[in-house]
Amino acid sequence: MDLVTPSIGLVFWTSLAFICLLILLRKFAWKPILGAIHEREQSIDEALNKAELAKQEMARLTSQNQDLMQQARAERDEILKEAKTLKDGILNEAKKQAQVEGAKLIEKAKIEIENQKKAALAEVKDQVSTLSLEIAERVLRTQLDDKTKQEALVANLLKDVELN
Amino acid sequence: MDCNQVLVSKVKKVIVVFTLLIAFLSIKIDTFAQADSAVVPVDSVVAESAEAVSGQHGAVEHGKEKFEPTKVIMEHIADSHMWHLWGHTSLPLPVILYTNGGLEVFSSANFHHGEHDYVGKYNTYRLEEDHVKVVGADGKIDEDASVLDFSITKNVAAMFVAIVVILIVFISVAGAYKKRVGKSPKGLQSFIEPIIIFVRDDIAKPNIGHKYAKFMPYLLTTFFFILFNNIFGLIPIFPGGANVTGNIALTFVMALGTMIIVNINGNKYYWKHIFKPDVPFWLYPIMIPVELIGIISKPFALMIRLFANITAGHIIVLSLISLIFIFETLAIAPVSVAFVLFMDVLELLVAFLQAFIFTLLTALFIGMAVEEHH
Repeated sequence: MDLVTPSIGLVFWTSLAFICLLILLRKFAWKPILGAIHEREQSIDEALNKAELAKQEMARLTSQNQDLMQQARAERDEILKEAKTLKDGILNEAKKQAQVEGAKLIEKAKIEIENQKKAALAEVKDQVSTLSLEIAERVLRTQLDDKTKQEALVANLLKDVELN
Repeated sequence: MDCNQVLVSKVKKVIVVFTLLIAFLSIKIDTFAQADSAVVPVDSVVAESAEAVSGQHGAVEHGKEKFEPTKVIMEHIADSHMWHLWGHTSLPLPVILYTNGGLEVFSSANFHHGEHDYVGKYNTYRLEEDHVKVVGADGKIDEDASVLDFSITKNVAAMFVAIVVILIVFISVAGAYKKRVGKSPKGLQSFIEPIIIFVRDDIAKPNIGHKYAKFMPYLLTTFFFILFNNIFGLIPIFPGGANVTGNIALTFVMALGTMIIVNINGNKYYWKHIFKPDVPFWLYPIMIPVELIGIISKPFALMIRLFANITAGHIIVLSLISLIFIFETLAIAPVSVAFVLFMDVLELLVAFLQAFIFTLLTALFIGMAVEEHH
């Protein structure tokens, strides 16, 4: 029976000691410890959340970058294409112009040639008329001297003319 | 409930161990009784070595005196006014008595292990079976004299030691938290923190709910107070060796604390459940007394459970040690020591388990009292 009878002394001291322990630990141990654990847990949660957000932000930036890259590539292609068309245009233009220019030059040359020809012909005609006059003069003069000789001369002259 | 299974298996284990022990004892006593005469020559050797090994006092001290295991074990289980250190050395503890005349304080060394009476200011006192009794004028014990014994007994002193250790441990851990704000725990801190988080997340939160924070100091203090005292009780030498949590007075106070906390915090649903349960009114004469008994029986079970578990463990360990002195042979010592080792490991588990169960049930009762019904 002794074993299961609580003794007043031990009950008293236990109550006193336990209440003191409870008050002391509550003030000096549990409050700071639980507070610190709670704070740490919160900061860890926060850090994890932030990491998650950063990850999302990163993914967003990456996809944005990709978009930009694609856009830039398309733009470059566009520019290249435009440049090519422009180049072709310029080339064609130049070619056409060159052709026109050439044709013009040829035309001019032709005209020049024609003119020269006409001038030469006119000169020839002049000379022919001069020669004819000379011939006629000479014929007239020779006729006055000798009949046969006159005929020979004329024949000679005619031969000359034909050659011309 | 999970803990029910734990309890049942635990009780089964203890029963099995007890049965084995009894079987072991009954067989061995017969064999050794027959071989008694052959054992006699080693007698003195055993007595000497026994003293050297365990320092158990009592019958063995006087060599030929009959060894009474029950007396020795009960002496160790019960409280004492002396704290036995080793051999014949004991630490005298203060005796504080509240008598008719007033307060009386003196050292228990004055009793000289109960061989002398002490003449105090108001009465003469005698130490009989570790209880302080008043001696009447005729030289006999006066049973009618009302003396309240507030002595710092072995259990009180051991409890104070445990409390000092608890305070040192937890205040230093709290200091570590202040010093290393926001950093990972280190050293003792990292050993204590999981236990604190365990108490918070696995005991308080699931059982009490969102109001758990208010009860955390009580639950944590209860848990570590019981745990440290359990573990100190397992240490066979000073400053352990006292059966603190295996004393009904301590478990009574702990259970009383739980009862007070539960009933102070009981909300209207809790009281309605007791005084106006959802049963036909003609059942009230049965239900209300049953519920009122329930208020007492829950902490009562807590009190008995802790007391019985720890005391049973101590009794088993001491019984196994006593086997050496019962058989008066060293041959049994390896068996005893092996069993004691096994029991000590089991008791270490029980130390944690009982602290856990006490705290868990306290949290459960608090949870039942503060639960909101919608």
